[in-house]
Amino acid sequence: MGELAAFMILSLVTLIPAVVVVTSSNIVRAALSLVPTFLGVTGLYVMLQAEFVAGIQVLIYAGAITVLILFVIMLTAGGTGARTRQINEQVPLGAMAAVWLAFVLIVIFSRTVWPVLAGALPAYNVIAVGNAFLTDYVLIFEVTSLVLLVSLVGAIVIARREE
Amino acid sequence: MPWFIELLKATGLAVVIFTFLAVVSAMFGVYLERKISGWIQARLGPKHVGPQGLLQTVADTVKLLQKEHITPRNADALIFNAAPVIVAVAALLDWIVIPFGKFGGRVLVVRDINIGVLYFAAMASVTVIGIISGGWSSNNKYALLGGLRSAAQMISYEIPLALGILWVAMVAGTLSTVGIVDAQVKQGSWFMFKLPPPIGWFGLPFGILASLTFLTAATAEVNRVPFDLPEAESELVAGYFAEYTGMRFALFQLGEYGEMFGMAGVATIMFFGGWTEPHLQPWMWLLVTLASLVVVAVILFSGLRQTLLVRPILILASLGFLLSLVMFFGSRAGLSPVLPSPVWFLTKLFALVFFLMWMRWTYPRLRLDQLLNLSWKVLLPLGLLNLVATGFVLTAWGR
Amino acid sequence: MPKVLLDWFYVAVFAVVGTLMAVLPLGVVWLLAPRADLPQKNITYESGVIPFGQAWAQFNVRYYLFALVFVVFDVEVIYLYPWAVVFRQLGTFAFAEMLLFVLILLVGLAYAWRKGALEWV
Repeated sequence: MGELAAFMILSLVTLIPAVVVVTSSNIVRAALSLVPTFLGVTGLYVMLQAEFVAGIQVLIYAGAITVLILFVIMLTAGGTGARTRQINEQVPLGAMAAVWLAFVLIVIFSRTVWPVLAGALPAYNVIAVGNAFLTDYVLIFEVTSLVLLVSLVGAIVIARREE
Repeated sequence: MPWFIELLKATGLAVVIFTFLAVVSAMFGVYLERKISGWIQARLGPKHVGPQGLLQTVADTVKLLQKEHITPRNADALIFNAAPVIVAVAALLDWIVIPFGKFGGRVLVVRDINIGVLYFAAMASVTVIGIISGGWSSNNKYALLGGLRSAAQMISYEIPLALGILWVAMVAGTLSTVGIVDAQVKQGSWFMFKLPPPIGWFGLPFGILASLTFLTAATAEVNRVPFDLPEAESELVAGYFAEYTGMRFALFQLGEYGEMFGMAGVATIMFFGGWTEPHLQPWMWLLVTLASLVVVAVILFSGLRQTLLVRPILILASLGFLLSLVMFFGSRAGLSPVLPSPVWFLTKLFALVFFLMWMRWTYPRLRLDQLLNLSWKVLLPLGLLNLVATGFVLTAWGR
Repeated sequence: MPKVLLDWFYVAVFAVVGTLMAVLPLGVVWLLAPRADLPQKNITYESGVIPFGQAWAQFNVRYYLFALVFVVFDVEVIYLYPWAVVFRQLGTFAFAEMLLFVLILLVGLAYAWRKGALEWV
């Protein structure tokens, strides 16, 4: 009961700003509306007791990605305060794609037999994640750093060209 | 416990912590800042409202409560009004994981969250959203420049800050703030000075380096001089809060000072043993007592008494004298601990806050390129190398 | 309630109560403070002259570069948190893994440094 109520509240916290992100006529407002969305998702992670992921969500998404997006917006020519009217000729097409995707997802979710007993949760999930990284998923851990390196180099190359 | 009792408890604690932030860190913090800056600049500082001007900031708050709110015509009113609230709430959320001490076997902390210090870093990183949106929504050139500079600075220093936190997490083997203090209790000294046995004192350079990295990054993270470019009153008027009036301005101040005290609190917990009492032999306490007594006597019985510049030294020496005197007699009498743990936590906290204020009024402001160089080209490589070196020492020697 | 949920329940309550307590003095101001709408008063402050153009203009690309490098390193640090917590129990192997991880990223830092992405001109 309490869980359902919390889930409902968090869904609203996630979804309402998300609608604002898409529909707002002001680009900075749209970017800032991402913050409550990210925080709502944090709440959903907490409800799954994935504390570490929740911490990352706040640190990376609310604290870093939003700033990145804002900086990109501040780069746009002509300034950020302009209220642009949203014109989109592909609304019917987009709506169709969205409805189709929703339909597929609902079918998948309702048809799949979900395992109900997932086993016991580790008491400290940072330790569990760390152990998994350093024993079973070593290769993935190391490859991640390569991925980060590639993304850094790529970002610098692209940004330098833009200059 | 039923959920509504928890709800009541949480609400009560939130009110208490918010009041603590408003009264101790914002009001008393601003008073201390003005007083200390006065002494350092050979002035008296606030003097007229209340004894030694103690009620000055209370009067200021009452004044601010009566000031009109001005929202500039060109501003984005919604974001403009939300920004100070975001900053203040982010500062409040920091304090959930900071333990104040131990009382009768119970740790005085709101919640000992498992990912404690990571949680702290995450909440501190939300502040930047409030600052950048306040700067942008004012539609003022000074404010926008200040907000962007501030964001660039805060994100740059978040990495060295996180490296300092990582260093402690590595040595303590936990992220929980209470766990970190317990690890220091277990090894019998602060992480700043010693690593876990058998390394002991050989860990001194690593600890000092890590704590200096963390403190520098923390100073920059809360936008204080020498890293106060976002506010830079002499060039940007007041930076991101140039357009804010009355109580909304006060909320920004509350957020800023709350964040500063929070950073000092986390530094206390991570490097300076948190609420634990330093263990020194009675004769060492006596030595400290006598030394501070000599300093006080020299100042009082010479011409120096007239000089305002030595006021902070005089106050510090007298406080040190009192503290070490109590500690000397206490440890002679075999009391352990001599003073209750919250006293120690607050003593260390205020010592760090004093240190930050002292830095603020001593050093000039950095230039933006120097500031970013310091973070990316000095603190970041240094922090990473320190992490690797300490890791090596711990692996090779520490088991 | 499990400990994790209870912890974050407190966080949520703190966020809500904190917002209320921050808004409360603003309400007091609304009751106490005078209000006078003068057209000149609500003009954006620009050192006493009539503001010139809009503040919302295009900004320097450098802010963006720093933000990019920051995001990459922030993610890196996130990966090191779980490592730091279990490191003392796992020993030499864990250290070697972390060394490799950090070295690869130091290459990235060196690249950014050489390419002048960390330069503020």
